[in-house]
Order: sequence, then C-alpha cells, then structure tokens
Amino acid sequence: MSARRVVVTGIGVVSAAGLTAGEFWQALTEGRSGIGPIRLVDTATLRFTNGAEARDFDPARHFEPKELDLLDRFAQLGVVAAREAARDAGLEWSAALRERTAIVTGNCNGGQTTEDEGFVDLYRNNRSRVNPMTIPRTMGNAAASRISMEFGITGPSYTISTACASSSHAIGQAFWLVRHGLAEAAITGGSEAPFSLGNLKAWEALRVVSPDTCRPFSKDRRGMILGEGGAMLLLEPLEAALARGARIHAEIVGLGMSADAHHITQPSVEGPARAMRAALADAGIGPEQVGYINAHGTGTLANDPVETSAVRAVFGAHTERLAVSSTKSMHGHALGAAGALEAIATVLALQYGLLPPTANFTAPDPACDLDVVPNTARAAQVEYALSNSFAFGGLNAVLAFRRWE
Amino acid sequence: MSEELIQRVIAVIAAAQKLPPERVTLESTFEELGIDSLDGVNILFALENEFNINIPDDKVEGVRSVRQMVESLEKVVGSGAESAPVAQA
Repeated sequence: MSARRVVVTGIGVVSAAGLTAGEFWQALTEGRSGIGPIRLVDTATLRFTNGAEARDFDPARHFEPKELDLLDRFAQLGVVAAREAARDAGLEWSAALRERTAIVTGNCNGGQTTEDEGFVDLYRNNRSRVNPMTIPRTMGNAAASRISMEFGITGPSYTISTACASSSHAIGQAFWLVRHGLAEAAITGGSEAPFSLGNLKAWEALRVVSPDTCRPFSKDRRGMILGEGGAMLLLEPLEAALARGARIHAEIVGLGMSADAHHITQPSVEGPARAMRAALADAGIGPEQVGYINAHGTGTLANDPVETSAVRAVFGAHTERLAVSSTKSMHGHALGAAGALEAIATVLALQYGLLPPTANFTAPDPACDLDVVPNTARAAQVEYALSNSFAFGGLNAVLAFRRWE
Repeated sequence: MSEELIQRVIAVIAAAQKLPPERVTLESTFEELGIDSLDGVNILFALENEFNINIPDDKVEGVRSVRQMVESLEKVVGSGAESAPVAQA
C-alpha cells in the first residue's frame, strides 16, 4: 500500500499547565507556568522543592474506586488524556475500526510511585508483603492496556520507553503504522507521574534539577523542572477524516530518529541534528520551509547550547528566521509524556497561528542565540513545525507537522 | 466457625471489592460478588494484613465462596506454624 497522508483529529491533555487540551493551550498562549511547590511529596529532605504537578487532577472524578486499585497515577493521566482525544475526534468506534486501531504509548518510569510505596512498607516499615496490584500497576504498558480495554481496541498496541523521547518515538511509530496502512487509526502519546521521594532523590543526585524554576535558553537557567502529565493524539488517514467531516488540527508529516552513540547523559550536536534532518527528509521538505520548532529545551546548562548548535547545523542561515521555544518552561519536563505534550503544543501552534513562548525567560545567553519567543506568545502563520525530543542515553526523535487549512 | 471471624472476613472482602458490607454474606459465592482471580489475590493480601498471618497458596486453592474462605482461614489460624504472626503488622 502506498503512503497515506495522516492527520491529527483528536487531542487530550492532563498537565501542570491545564487539565484539558483547552486549558493547556490557554496557559501556553498566556505564557503562564504550571511550575510551583511540590505537594505530592514531602520535600523536607530534597535540595529542590518545585515541580510541575497536575495539581487539581482528581482521580475520583474519572475512575471508580475499584478501577483506581489497578491504576497508578501515570496510567490514570494517560487514560484521561486518551478519553479526551477520542471525544475530541468524535470517531464512531465500529467493530471493524476497533480491530484496525493501534495504541502506541510512551512512558519512562512506569508506576514507580506504586513501587516506591511498596518498598517503603518493605524496607522501612518492615512489612513482609507488598500490595498484589503492584505488578499490574507498575508495568509501563498499563496505560496502553487500560485504553485498549476501555475502548475495546484490539489492533497493534504497545509501549515505547526511550526516556525523555518516549512519546515522540511512540507518536512517530503510530504515524508510520497509519501512513503505511497497518492501522486505520491510532491513539498515541504518553504519560508520566514521577513524583515519589525515591525518584526525586535520584533526580537530585544527578544535579540537573533547578532549585527555582525552568528557564530554557536563559543565561541564568539552573536546570530542569520535573513534570507529570498525560497527552494523547488521535491519528487517522486524511481521506477518512475528510470523508467523515472531521475537524483536523494539523497534519503529521515526518518522523526522524537517531542515536548519538556518544554518552549516557551528555547531549551531542550530531545526533539531534541527524534526527532533525531525518524528520525533514521523511516529510519531504527543506529546512527553509520550517517556521517553528518546539525545542527539547530542558533548561539544563548542557542541553540548551548543544540544541542551539544542532539547530544551527541543520538550518544554517534560515535559523535567523526560525522561532524556537521551549514549553517545558510551563508544563515542566514530563519525561515519557514530554514529547506528546510538546507535539500537541506544536499542533495547536500551527492550528491557531500562535507560537507559545519560552516562559520564565530573563536574559539571553550568547551560547543559545536563537529566537526563543521570550515570555510572550507570538502570532505567526507557520506552514511546517518540528517537535524535538532528545533522550538521556542519546536516543532522539523529531516529529514534523504541517498546518491544515 | 466463630461469628467474629465471619464478620471480619466479610468486612475485609467488602472493603477489597468496594462493596457495602451488607451485600456480602456467609453464603455469597465469589461469582455473585464479581470476584475474579486478581480480586482473589487482593483479598488474600487484605486478609493476611487483617489477621497478621501468612496464607499459603495450598490452603486456599479452590476457595470460591465466603464460607469456604472462612473455613480455610480457620484451618490456617488454628494450624500452628502458618498461623504464627509474621514479624509485625
């Protein structure tokens, strides 16, 4: 089967910047950051106290108590986002479509909050047993499995784990499945819930978390801010979307992937640059056609100048006409959900002709000399945009989207 | 079969299944209560905590009703070694 054009017809978000896609977009366009004091964990023994929590997310509003026994917070966030994406798309779930729909999710840590609670019982409270729901709650595919059961979707379904690029790899895979006729629709994205004391201690030890906030590309940036969330997209062939009169958010046109083969945590210029080039090639476009990049932009000392160099390596002189913002400044770094949150930010930027800013920006850094859309959203009709995700371990995924008119 | 034991088992099963306690009686079958195999291990976990005991798999094989669960538990509680409280609750 020849390649089909694929469009985004549904989106769903649960994040620190908003509990629905609409709220999320509102916050992003206002440059309003969801970063604040961490409440899910007692931070008394931590060197950082801020995070990007989905504060008012109330699991009891979305699930029966018995269902919650089986769902770690990361899975809850993913399922709620998937429900919103499916509602938004308004697809009729016929038996035939259910069999031909794929679910591809990204996740980095699994249900580590559940695991942490069990280990506190075991190691600190000297209890002899942990909750028997621990295994089903902690498995990384818990959200994908729950989504398949809830919607009765029986097509190819799996979970990809590539640290901070997980959900970009996932969306790219789902895109290719639909493009090449292996699926007639896909629910894809990612979710993450990193707030447990054990996990925050591990991040603290790595010395990459900011003691105040996330200021990507800013001279005084001090690191990343961990975030939680779920973000899902519904993809379908353009022809099917047009036939049923669906509202189209944007077209997904390219996926580029690469590995640095360099260092387990240090970023490289060449790996990300090759992933961006591969995304352009997959989309069949030239660098000068791109108007916006949603950056990986973690706000660490190391990432931002290296990403700047990678963008310059790919876009050359066109870099001066390119807007590059990091929305992690508002929704935090949601690890396995990051790529999906940012893909949705990119899709909405194209749809509404409004580029979300890099929030919390104070002063330019000569090593990050990009147009980072500081603090205030900018109206701009952009035809093509990229969403960058570069993972620890040097695994990169870049998605390319096109405005739908 | 002590009434106290019956009531404690019923309370644990009701809580684990998120059912009102009056829905669960000594004569309820697991099928009636919607208890599947995964619910079953959850209930065993809750009973182990409630009675501060270890319940070996072979003592509860084939248990499909509240009455059978109470009977099996009576044997575990009354059988010496396995009823020895674990280190602490």
